[in-house]
Amino acid sequence: MNSPLDLADAHPGPAFTVTLDGRAIEALPGQTVAAALWTAGVTSWRTTRGAGRPRGIFCGIGVCYDCLVTVNNRPNQRACLVPAHPGDAIRTQEGTGHDD
Amino acid sequence: MSKRLTCDVVIVGAGMVGAACALYAARAGLDVVIVDRGPVSGGTTGAGEGNLLVSDKEPGPELDLALLSGRLWAQLAEELGGLGELGEVIEYEAKGGLVVASTPDGLAALERFADEQRAAGVVAGPVQDGALYDLEPHLAPGLPGGVYYPQDCQVMPALAAAHLVRVSGARLLTGCTVTDVLLKTDGTVQGIRTDRGDILAPTVVNAAGTWGGEVAALAGVTLPVLPRRGFVLVTEPLPRLVRHKVYAADYVADVASDSAALQTSPVVEGTAAGPVLIGASRERVGFDREFSLPVVRALAVGATQLFPFLSDVHAMRSYLGFRPYMPDHLPAIGPDPRVPGLVHACGHEGAGIGLATGTGHLIAQLLSDKTPDLDPAPFRPDRFPEFPEEEDT
Repeated sequence: MNSPLDLADAHPGPAFTVTLDGRAIEALPGQTVAAALWTAGVTSWRTTRGAGRPRGIFCGIGVCYDCLVTVNNRPNQRACLVPAHPGDAIRTQEGTGHDD
Repeated sequence: MSKRLTCDVVIVGAGMVGAACALYAARAGLDVVIVDRGPVSGGTTGAGEGNLLVSDKEPGPELDLALLSGRLWAQLAEELGGLGELGEVIEYEAKGGLVVASTPDGLAALERFADEQRAAGVVAGPVQDGALYDLEPHLAPGLPGGVYYPQDCQVMPALAAAHLVRVSGARLLTGCTVTDVLLKTDGTVQGIRTDRGDILAPTVVNAAGTWGGEVAALAGVTLPVLPRRGFVLVTEPLPRLVRHKVYAADYVADVASDSAALQTSPVVEGTAAGPVLIGASRERVGFDREFSLPVVRALAVGATQLFPFLSDVHAMRSYLGFRPYMPDHLPAIGPDPRVPGLVHACGHEGAGIGLATGTGHLIAQLLSDKTPDLDPAPFRPDRFPEFPEEEDT
Protein backbone atom coordinates (compact mmCIF):
# COMPACT_ATOMS: atom_id res chain seq x y z
CA MET A 1 0.00 0.00 0.00
CA ASN A 2 2.96 2.33 -0.48
CA SER A 3 2.92 2.85 -4.24
CA PRO A 4 2.70 6.46 -5.43
CA LEU A 5 -0.85 5.82 -6.67
CA ASP A 6 -1.92 4.52 -3.25
CA LEU A 7 -0.27 7.37 -1.37
CA ALA A 8 -2.03 9.94 -3.54
CA ASP A 9 -5.29 7.95 -3.56
CA ALA A 10 -5.15 8.28 -7.35
CA HIS A 11 -7.49 6.37 -9.64
CA PRO A 12 -6.26 7.07 -13.15
CA GLY A 13 -7.97 5.83 -16.29
CA PRO A 14 -6.66 2.88 -18.23
CA ALA A 15 -3.01 2.80 -19.29
CA PHE A 16 -1.98 3.44 -22.90
CA THR A 17 1.14 2.84 -24.93
CA VAL A 18 3.87 5.20 -26.04
CA THR A 19 7.22 4.28 -27.57
CA LEU A 20 10.77 5.09 -26.54
CA ASP A 21 13.10 4.64 -29.52
CA GLY A 22 10.51 2.22 -30.93
CA ARG A 23 10.11 0.15 -27.77
CA ALA A 24 6.60 0.13 -26.30
CA ILE A 25 6.18 1.40 -22.75
CA GLU A 26 3.04 1.99 -20.71
CA ALA A 27 1.85 5.37 -19.53
CA LEU A 28 -1.09 6.50 -17.42
CA PRO A 29 -3.42 9.38 -18.27
CA GLY A 30 -2.06 12.57 -16.71
CA GLN A 31 1.53 11.41 -16.60
CA THR A 32 4.24 13.52 -18.11
CA VAL A 33 6.73 11.96 -20.49
CA ALA A 34 9.28 12.02 -17.66
CA ALA A 35 6.96 10.23 -15.25
CA ALA A 36 6.22 7.54 -17.83
CA LEU A 37 9.93 7.05 -18.51
CA TRP A 38 10.78 6.87 -14.82
CA THR A 39 7.97 4.39 -14.23
CA ALA A 40 9.49 2.26 -16.99
CA GLY A 41 12.84 2.40 -15.21
CA VAL A 42 14.46 4.84 -17.65
CA THR A 43 16.35 7.63 -15.89
CA SER A 44 18.47 9.07 -18.69
CA TRP A 45 17.34 9.96 -22.23
CA ARG A 46 19.69 12.61 -23.51
CA THR A 47 23.42 13.29 -23.73
CA THR A 48 25.03 16.71 -23.34
CA ARG A 49 26.23 18.76 -26.28
CA GLY A 50 29.85 19.05 -25.15
CA ALA A 51 31.02 15.90 -23.38
CA GLY A 52 28.16 13.53 -24.19
CA ARG A 53 27.24 13.05 -20.52
CA PRO A 54 23.91 11.37 -19.62
CA ARG A 55 20.97 13.52 -18.53
CA GLY A 56 17.44 12.94 -17.26
CA ILE A 57 15.29 14.65 -14.63
CA PHE A 58 17.03 17.22 -12.47
CA CYS A 59 14.57 19.85 -11.24
CA GLY A 60 11.39 18.15 -12.43
CA ILE A 61 9.49 21.44 -12.59
CA GLY A 62 10.42 22.93 -15.95
CA VAL A 63 13.16 25.25 -14.84
CA CYS A 64 16.49 23.58 -15.55
CA TYR A 65 16.07 22.26 -19.12
CA ASP A 66 18.13 19.19 -18.26
CA CYS A 67 15.46 16.63 -19.22
CA LEU A 68 15.16 17.59 -22.92
CA VAL A 69 13.79 14.87 -25.14
CA THR A 70 12.43 14.46 -28.67
CA VAL A 71 8.67 13.84 -28.82
CA ASN A 72 6.95 13.19 -32.17
CA ASN A 73 9.99 14.51 -34.06
CA ARG A 74 10.11 17.74 -32.07
CA PRO A 75 13.46 17.98 -30.23
CA ASN A 76 14.24 19.74 -26.95
CA GLN A 77 10.90 19.28 -25.21
CA ARG A 78 11.01 19.31 -21.44
CA ALA A 79 10.05 15.75 -20.49
CA CYS A 80 8.94 16.91 -17.04
CA LEU A 81 6.27 19.23 -18.50
CA VAL A 82 5.04 17.52 -21.67
CA PRO A 83 2.01 15.26 -21.04
CA ALA A 84 2.21 11.78 -22.54
CA HIS A 85 -0.45 10.97 -25.14
CA PRO A 86 -1.37 7.57 -26.60
CA GLY A 87 0.99 6.64 -29.41
CA ASP A 88 3.58 9.33 -28.70
CA ALA A 89 6.93 8.53 -30.33
CA ILE A 90 9.54 9.50 -27.76
CA ARG A 91 13.16 9.45 -28.83
CA THR A 92 16.36 9.85 -26.87
CA GLN A 93 18.43 12.71 -28.19
CA GLU A 94 22.09 13.58 -28.57
CA GLY A 95 23.69 16.99 -28.80
CA THR A 96 21.33 19.75 -29.86
CA GLY A 97 18.66 17.25 -30.91
CA HIS A 98 18.88 18.69 -34.40
CA ASP A 99 20.99 17.10 -37.10
CA ASP A 100 24.36 18.73 -36.42
CA MET B 1 31.10 41.87 11.07
CA SER B 2 33.20 44.98 10.70
CA LYS B 3 36.57 45.34 9.12
CA ARG B 4 38.67 48.19 7.95
CA LEU B 5 40.55 47.79 4.71
CA THR B 6 43.03 50.10 3.11
CA CYS B 7 43.97 50.12 -0.56
CA ASP B 8 44.90 52.42 -3.43
CA VAL B 9 41.65 52.11 -5.36
CA VAL B 10 38.23 50.83 -4.37
CA ILE B 11 35.97 49.96 -7.30
CA VAL B 12 32.21 49.98 -6.73
CA GLY B 13 30.61 47.43 -9.03
CA ALA B 14 31.73 43.92 -10.01
CA GLY B 15 30.28 43.98 -13.50
CA MET B 16 32.21 44.00 -16.73
CA VAL B 17 33.42 47.58 -16.45
CA GLY B 18 34.45 47.23 -12.80
CA ALA B 19 36.31 44.03 -13.64
CA ALA B 20 38.20 45.67 -16.50
CA CYS B 21 39.05 48.69 -14.33
CA ALA B 22 40.36 46.29 -11.68
CA LEU B 23 42.50 44.41 -14.18
CA TYR B 24 44.18 47.44 -15.75
CA ALA B 25 44.55 49.30 -12.43
CA ALA B 26 46.19 46.25 -10.85
CA ARG B 27 48.52 45.95 -13.84
CA ALA B 28 49.46 49.61 -13.33
CA GLY B 29 50.71 48.56 -9.88
CA LEU B 30 47.75 49.73 -7.82
CA ASP B 31 46.31 47.80 -4.87
CA VAL B 32 42.63 47.28 -5.78
CA VAL B 33 39.51 46.24 -3.85
CA ILE B 34 36.22 45.59 -5.68
CA VAL B 35 32.89 45.73 -3.86
CA ASP B 36 29.44 44.85 -5.11
CA ARG B 37 26.15 44.63 -3.25
CA GLY B 38 25.31 41.51 -5.28
CA PRO B 39 27.44 38.87 -6.98
CA VAL B 40 29.91 39.31 -9.85
CA SER B 41 28.00 40.06 -13.08
CA GLY B 42 24.76 40.38 -11.10
CA GLY B 43 23.48 43.51 -12.85
CA THR B 44 23.47 44.51 -16.50
CA THR B 45 26.56 42.43 -17.32
CA GLY B 46 24.66 39.23 -16.63
CA ALA B 47 21.68 40.35 -18.69
CA GLY B 48 23.21 41.11 -22.07
CA GLU B 49 24.53 39.31 -25.10
CA GLY B 50 28.23 40.07 -24.77
CA ASN B 51 28.66 42.06 -27.93
CA LEU B 52 31.90 43.82 -28.77
CA LEU B 53 30.65 45.99 -31.63
CA VAL B 54 32.02 48.68 -33.88
CA SER B 55 29.34 48.24 -36.55
CA ASP B 56 26.56 50.11 -34.75
CA LYS B 57 28.64 53.18 -33.85
CA GLU B 58 28.87 56.38 -35.84
CA PRO B 59 32.26 58.12 -36.06
CA GLY B 60 33.06 59.94 -32.82
CA PRO B 61 34.42 59.33 -29.35
CA GLU B 62 32.37 56.19 -28.69
CA LEU B 63 33.62 54.55 -31.89
CA ASP B 64 37.21 55.50 -31.02
CA LEU B 65 36.73 53.87 -27.61
CA ALA B 66 35.19 50.79 -29.27
CA LEU B 67 38.15 50.42 -31.64
CA LEU B 68 40.65 50.76 -28.78
CA SER B 69 38.60 48.29 -26.72
CA GLY B 70 38.47 45.80 -29.57
CA ARG B 71 42.26 45.75 -29.83
CA LEU B 72 42.54 45.25 -26.05
CA TRP B 73 39.98 42.41 -26.07
CA ALA B 74 41.95 40.66 -28.81
CA GLN B 75 45.14 40.97 -26.72
CA LEU B 76 43.43 39.65 -23.59
CA ALA B 77 41.96 36.73 -25.52
CA GLU B 78 45.44 35.52 -26.40
CA GLU B 79 46.75 35.67 -22.83
CA LEU B 80 47.15 32.62 -20.70
CA GLY B 81 44.99 33.28 -17.68
CA GLY B 82 45.86 30.25 -15.58
CA LEU B 83 43.03 28.07 -16.95
CA GLY B 84 44.22 27.97 -20.54
CA GLU B 85 43.87 30.65 -23.15
CA LEU B 86 41.70 33.41 -21.70
CA GLY B 87 39.77 33.83 -24.96
CA GLU B 88 38.59 30.25 -24.74
CA VAL B 89 37.37 30.41 -21.14
CA ILE B 90 35.43 33.63 -21.76
CA GLU B 91 34.06 32.30 -25.10
CA TYR B 92 35.70 35.09 -27.12
CA GLU B 93 34.67 34.77 -30.75
CA ALA B 94 35.88 37.03 -33.54
CA LYS B 95 32.71 36.13 -35.40
CA GLY B 96 32.09 39.34 -37.34
CA GLY B 97 28.87 41.28 -37.69
CA LEU B 98 26.53 41.39 -40.66
CA VAL B 99 24.13 44.32 -40.98
CA VAL B 100 21.32 43.54 -43.39
CA ALA B 101 19.22 46.02 -45.37
CA SER B 102 15.66 45.18 -46.29
CA THR B 103 15.29 47.60 -49.25
CA PRO B 104 17.63 49.06 -51.93
CA ASP B 105 17.24 52.51 -50.32
CA GLY B 106 18.11 51.05 -46.95
CA LEU B 107 21.19 49.45 -48.46
CA ALA B 108 22.32 52.77 -49.96
CA ALA B 109 21.94 54.45 -46.55
CA LEU B 110 23.82 51.62 -44.89
CA GLU B 111 26.68 51.93 -47.38
CA ARG B 112 26.92 55.69 -46.80
CA PHE B 113 27.12 55.02 -43.05
CA ALA B 114 29.83 52.42 -43.63
CA ASP B 115 31.84 54.91 -45.74
CA GLU B 116 31.92 57.32 -42.80
CA GLN B 117 32.93 54.50 -40.45
CA ARG B 118 35.77 53.41 -42.78
CA ALA B 119 37.21 56.91 -42.62
CA ALA B 120 37.31 56.47 -38.82
CA GLY B 121 39.19 53.16 -38.97
CA VAL B 122 36.42 50.58 -39.18
CA VAL B 123 36.79 47.63 -41.53
CA ALA B 124 33.49 47.32 -43.42
CA GLY B 125 32.99 45.23 -46.53
CA PRO B 126 30.06 45.61 -48.92
CA VAL B 127 27.97 42.48 -49.30
CA GLN B 128 25.69 42.15 -52.30
CA ASP B 129 23.33 39.61 -53.76
CA GLY B 130 24.61 36.08 -53.44
CA ALA B 131 27.49 37.01 -51.15
CA LEU B 132 24.92 37.67 -48.41
CA TYR B 133 23.83 34.03 -48.54
CA ASP B 134 27.41 32.76 -48.62
CA LEU B 135 27.89 34.51 -45.25
CA GLU B 136 24.49 33.50 -43.82
CA PRO B 137 22.84 30.72 -45.82
CA HIS B 138 19.64 30.74 -43.74
CA LEU B 139 18.72 34.42 -44.18
CA ALA B 140 15.31 35.18 -45.69
CA PRO B 141 15.40 35.20 -49.49
CA GLY B 142 15.21 38.39 -51.54
CA LEU B 143 17.28 40.71 -49.35
CA PRO B 144 19.27 43.30 -51.34
CA GLY B 145 22.50 43.08 -49.35
CA GLY B 146 24.30 44.43 -46.33
CA VAL B 147 27.65 45.36 -44.84
CA TYR B 148 30.06 42.95 -43.17
CA TYR B 149 32.10 44.08 -40.14
CA PRO B 150 34.89 41.60 -39.31
CA GLN B 151 35.90 43.54 -36.16
CA ASP B 152 32.61 42.74 -34.39
CA CYS B 153 33.21 40.07 -31.74
CA GLN B 154 31.42 38.40 -28.85
CA VAL B 155 32.25 37.15 -25.37
CA MET B 156 30.16 35.41 -22.73
CA PRO B 157 29.85 38.47 -20.50
CA ALA B 158 29.29 36.92 -17.08
CA LEU B 159 32.31 34.66 -17.59
CA ALA B 160 34.39 37.52 -18.97
CA ALA B 161 33.78 39.72 -15.91
CA ALA B 162 34.45 36.85 -13.51
CA HIS B 163 37.72 35.84 -15.17
CA LEU B 164 38.98 39.41 -15.48
CA VAL B 165 38.37 39.87 -11.74
CA ARG B 166 40.20 36.60 -11.09
CA VAL B 167 43.15 37.45 -13.33
CA SER B 168 43.40 40.96 -11.83
CA GLY B 169 44.24 39.54 -8.40
CA ALA B 170 42.14 42.32 -6.85
CA ARG B 171 40.41 41.64 -3.53
CA LEU B 172 36.71 41.04 -4.15
CA LEU B 173 33.91 41.69 -1.65
CA THR B 174 30.51 40.58 -2.91
CA GLY B 175 27.27 41.01 -0.99
CA CYS B 176 28.73 44.23 0.34
CA THR B 177 26.60 47.35 -0.02
CA VAL B 178 28.11 50.81 -0.21
CA THR B 179 26.22 53.12 2.12
CA ASP B 180 28.33 56.27 1.85
CA VAL B 181 31.30 57.84 0.13
CA LEU B 182 33.59 59.16 2.87
CA LEU B 183 35.03 62.62 2.33
CA LYS B 184 37.75 64.46 4.20
CA THR B 185 37.08 67.93 5.54
CA ASP B 186 38.67 69.41 2.40
CA GLY B 187 36.08 67.57 0.28
CA THR B 188 38.42 64.95 -1.18
CA VAL B 189 37.64 61.24 -1.15
CA GLN B 190 38.72 59.21 1.87
CA GLY B 191 37.06 55.90 0.99
CA ILE B 192 33.67 54.26 1.25
CA ARG B 193 31.41 53.07 4.04
CA THR B 194 29.76 49.71 3.57
CA ASP B 195 27.42 47.51 5.57
CA ARG B 196 30.53 45.47 6.38
CA GLY B 197 32.83 48.25 7.43
CA ASP B 198 34.83 51.10 5.96
CA ILE B 199 37.29 50.77 3.10
CA LEU B 200 39.83 53.55 3.00
CA ALA B 201 41.30 54.59 -0.33
CA PRO B 202 42.24 57.90 -1.95
CA THR B 203 40.40 56.86 -5.10
CA VAL B 204 36.86 55.51 -5.52
CA VAL B 205 35.86 54.28 -8.99
CA ASN B 206 32.12 54.34 -9.66
CA ALA B 207 31.58 51.33 -11.92
CA ALA B 208 28.02 50.78 -10.73
CA GLY B 209 26.55 50.80 -14.24
CA THR B 210 22.84 51.60 -14.29
CA TRP B 211 23.05 52.35 -10.56
CA GLY B 212 25.99 54.75 -11.05
CA GLY B 213 23.77 57.74 -10.37
CA GLU B 214 23.07 56.41 -6.87
CA VAL B 215 26.77 56.01 -6.08
CA ALA B 216 27.44 59.53 -7.41
CA ALA B 217 24.67 60.82 -5.14
CA LEU B 218 26.41 59.26 -2.11
CA ALA B 219 29.35 61.53 -2.94
CA GLY B 220 27.00 64.51 -3.30
CA VAL B 221 27.09 64.87 -7.08
CA THR B 222 24.58 64.18 -9.83
CA LEU B 223 25.18 61.82 -12.71
CA PRO B 224 22.13 61.34 -14.97
CA VAL B 225 22.16 57.57 -15.51
CA LEU B 226 18.74 56.17 -16.42
CA PRO B 227 17.67 52.55 -16.96
CA ARG B 228 16.79 51.55 -20.54
CA ARG B 229 15.15 48.14 -20.46
CA GLY B 230 15.89 45.40 -22.95
CA PHE B 231 14.69 41.82 -23.41
CA VAL B 232 16.60 38.90 -24.89
CA LEU B 233 14.84 35.80 -26.16
CA VAL B 234 16.79 32.53 -25.91
CA THR B 235 16.14 29.57 -28.21
CA GLU B 236 16.79 25.89 -27.65
CA PRO B 237 20.38 24.91 -28.47
CA LEU B 238 20.96 24.55 -32.20
CA PRO B 239 23.80 23.59 -34.48
CA ARG B 240 25.57 26.62 -35.95
CA LEU B 241 22.87 27.99 -38.24
CA VAL B 242 23.57 31.67 -37.52
CA ARG B 243 27.26 32.32 -38.00
CA HIS B 244 27.65 36.03 -37.31
CA LYS B 245 25.93 38.66 -35.31
CA VAL B 246 23.19 39.58 -37.76
CA TYR B 247 20.97 42.58 -37.42
CA ALA B 248 18.68 44.81 -39.43
CA ALA B 249 19.87 48.25 -40.44
CA ASP B 250 17.11 49.88 -38.30
CA TYR B 251 18.99 48.80 -35.19
CA VAL B 252 21.53 51.59 -35.58
CA ALA B 253 18.79 54.23 -35.55
CA ASP B 254 17.14 52.64 -32.49
CA VAL B 255 20.40 52.63 -30.52
CA ALA B 256 20.93 56.32 -31.25
CA SER B 257 17.34 57.31 -30.47
CA ASP B 258 16.39 59.36 -27.41
CA SER B 259 12.81 58.12 -27.27
CA ALA B 260 11.44 56.54 -24.10
CA ALA B 261 8.87 54.53 -26.07
CA LEU B 262 9.34 50.89 -26.99
CA GLN B 263 11.55 50.21 -30.00
CA THR B 264 12.49 46.81 -31.33
CA SER B 265 14.76 45.84 -34.18
CA PRO B 266 15.92 42.30 -34.89
CA VAL B 267 19.37 41.25 -33.69
CA VAL B 268 20.13 37.55 -34.04
CA GLU B 269 23.24 35.59 -33.13
CA GLY B 270 24.34 32.08 -32.31
CA THR B 271 26.42 31.35 -29.23
CA ALA B 272 29.27 28.99 -28.44
CA ALA B 273 26.91 27.04 -26.17
CA GLY B 274 24.28 26.51 -28.91
CA PRO B 275 21.24 28.69 -28.13
CA VAL B 276 20.47 31.58 -30.48
CA LEU B 277 20.01 34.94 -28.76
CA ILE B 278 17.35 37.29 -30.13
CA GLY B 279 17.15 41.00 -29.33
CA ALA B 280 16.85 43.89 -29.20
CA SER B 281 14.27 46.02 -27.45
CA ARG B 282 14.69 49.40 -25.88
CA GLU B 283 12.24 51.25 -23.62
CA ARG B 284 12.53 53.52 -20.65
CA VAL B 285 10.14 52.21 -18.01
CA GLY B 286 12.25 52.63 -14.88
CA PHE B 287 13.39 49.45 -13.13
CA ASP B 288 10.23 47.51 -14.02
CA ARG B 289 11.13 43.79 -14.12
CA GLU B 290 7.71 42.63 -15.31
CA PHE B 291 7.79 40.20 -18.23
CA SER B 292 6.29 41.78 -21.35
CA LEU B 293 4.70 39.44 -23.87
CA PRO B 294 4.22 42.21 -26.50
CA VAL B 295 7.94 43.02 -26.42
CA VAL B 296 9.06 39.41 -26.66
CA ARG B 297 6.52 38.76 -29.41
CA ALA B 298 7.89 41.69 -31.40
CA LEU B 299 11.40 40.27 -31.01
CA ALA B 300 10.25 36.88 -32.28
CA VAL B 301 8.47 38.43 -35.28
CA GLY B 302 11.54 40.45 -36.25
CA ALA B 303 13.90 37.51 -35.90
CA THR B 304 11.75 35.13 -37.93
CA GLN B 305 11.51 37.75 -40.71
CA LEU B 306 15.31 37.75 -40.87
CA PHE B 307 15.74 33.98 -40.38
CA PRO B 308 12.54 32.11 -41.36
CA PHE B 309 13.82 28.78 -39.95
CA LEU B 310 13.46 30.26 -36.44
CA SER B 311 9.68 29.94 -36.68
CA ASP B 312 10.08 26.18 -36.08
CA VAL B 313 12.50 26.62 -33.18
CA HIS B 314 11.52 26.73 -29.51
CA ALA B 315 12.18 29.84 -27.48
CA MET B 316 13.23 28.42 -24.11
CA ARG B 317 13.21 31.53 -22.02
CA SER B 318 13.77 35.24 -22.00
CA TYR B 319 15.66 37.58 -19.74
CA LEU B 320 15.76 41.30 -19.28
CA GLY B 321 18.21 43.90 -18.13
CA PHE B 322 18.64 47.61 -17.70
CA ARG B 323 21.16 49.42 -19.85
CA PRO B 324 22.75 52.45 -18.19
CA TYR B 325 21.40 55.18 -20.46
CA MET B 326 23.00 58.62 -20.58
CA PRO B 327 21.22 61.58 -22.22
CA ASP B 328 23.98 61.97 -24.85
CA HIS B 329 24.67 58.22 -25.26
CA LEU B 330 28.27 58.57 -24.06
CA PRO B 331 29.63 56.97 -20.88
CA ALA B 332 31.07 58.92 -17.96
CA ILE B 333 34.76 58.07 -17.76
CA GLY B 334 37.35 59.86 -15.67
CA PRO B 335 37.87 61.96 -12.55
CA ASP B 336 34.97 64.03 -11.26
CA PRO B 337 36.32 67.56 -10.74
CA ARG B 338 33.53 68.22 -8.23
CA VAL B 339 34.86 65.59 -5.78
CA PRO B 340 38.63 65.01 -6.04
CA GLY B 341 39.34 61.28 -5.78
CA LEU B 342 35.98 60.23 -7.24
CA VAL B 343 36.35 58.63 -10.68
CA HIS B 344 33.47 57.47 -12.85
CA ALA B 345 33.39 54.51 -15.23
CA CYS B 346 29.72 53.96 -15.96
CA GLY B 347 26.84 54.86 -18.28
CA HIS B 348 27.90 52.73 -21.26
CA GLU B 349 24.29 51.96 -22.20
CA GLY B 350 24.14 48.77 -24.29
CA ALA B 351 27.83 48.78 -25.17
CA GLY B 352 29.45 48.26 -21.77
CA ILE B 353 30.88 44.82 -22.44
CA GLY B 354 32.57 45.97 -25.62
CA LEU B 355 33.75 49.29 -24.18
CA ALA B 356 34.93 47.83 -20.86
CA THR B 357 38.54 47.14 -21.81
CA GLY B 358 39.15 50.60 -23.26
CA THR B 359 37.42 52.14 -20.25
CA GLY B 360 39.53 50.17 -17.76
CA HIS B 361 42.69 51.00 -19.72
CA LEU B 362 41.90 54.75 -19.77
CA ILE B 363 41.01 54.75 -16.07
CA ALA B 364 44.31 53.05 -15.22
CA GLN B 365 46.23 55.57 -17.33
CA LEU B 366 44.42 58.49 -15.68
CA LEU B 367 45.04 57.04 -12.19
CA SER B 368 48.76 56.65 -12.84
CA ASP B 369 49.13 60.13 -14.39
CA LYS B 370 49.95 58.79 -17.83
CA THR B 371 48.76 60.44 -21.01
CA PRO B 372 45.61 58.52 -21.96
CA ASP B 373 45.50 56.81 -25.36
CA LEU B 374 42.24 58.66 -26.10
CA ASP B 375 41.17 62.19 -25.22
CA PRO B 376 38.82 61.65 -22.25
CA ALA B 377 37.20 65.09 -22.60
CA PRO B 378 34.00 63.87 -24.36
CA PHE B 379 33.41 61.47 -21.44
CA ARG B 380 33.75 64.11 -18.70
CA PRO B 381 31.37 63.14 -15.89
CA ASP B 382 30.50 66.77 -15.09
CA ARG B 383 29.37 67.64 -18.62
CA PHE B 384 25.69 67.65 -17.70
CA PRO B 385 23.76 70.51 -16.07
CA GLU B 386 23.63 70.09 -12.31
CA PHE B 387 19.85 70.30 -12.17
CA PRO B 388 18.53 68.90 -15.45
CA GLU B 389 15.06 69.98 -16.53
CA GLU B 390 12.33 67.44 -16.08
CA GLU B 391 11.94 65.35 -19.19
CA ASP B 392 8.71 65.14 -21.12
CA THR B 393 7.20 61.75 -20.73
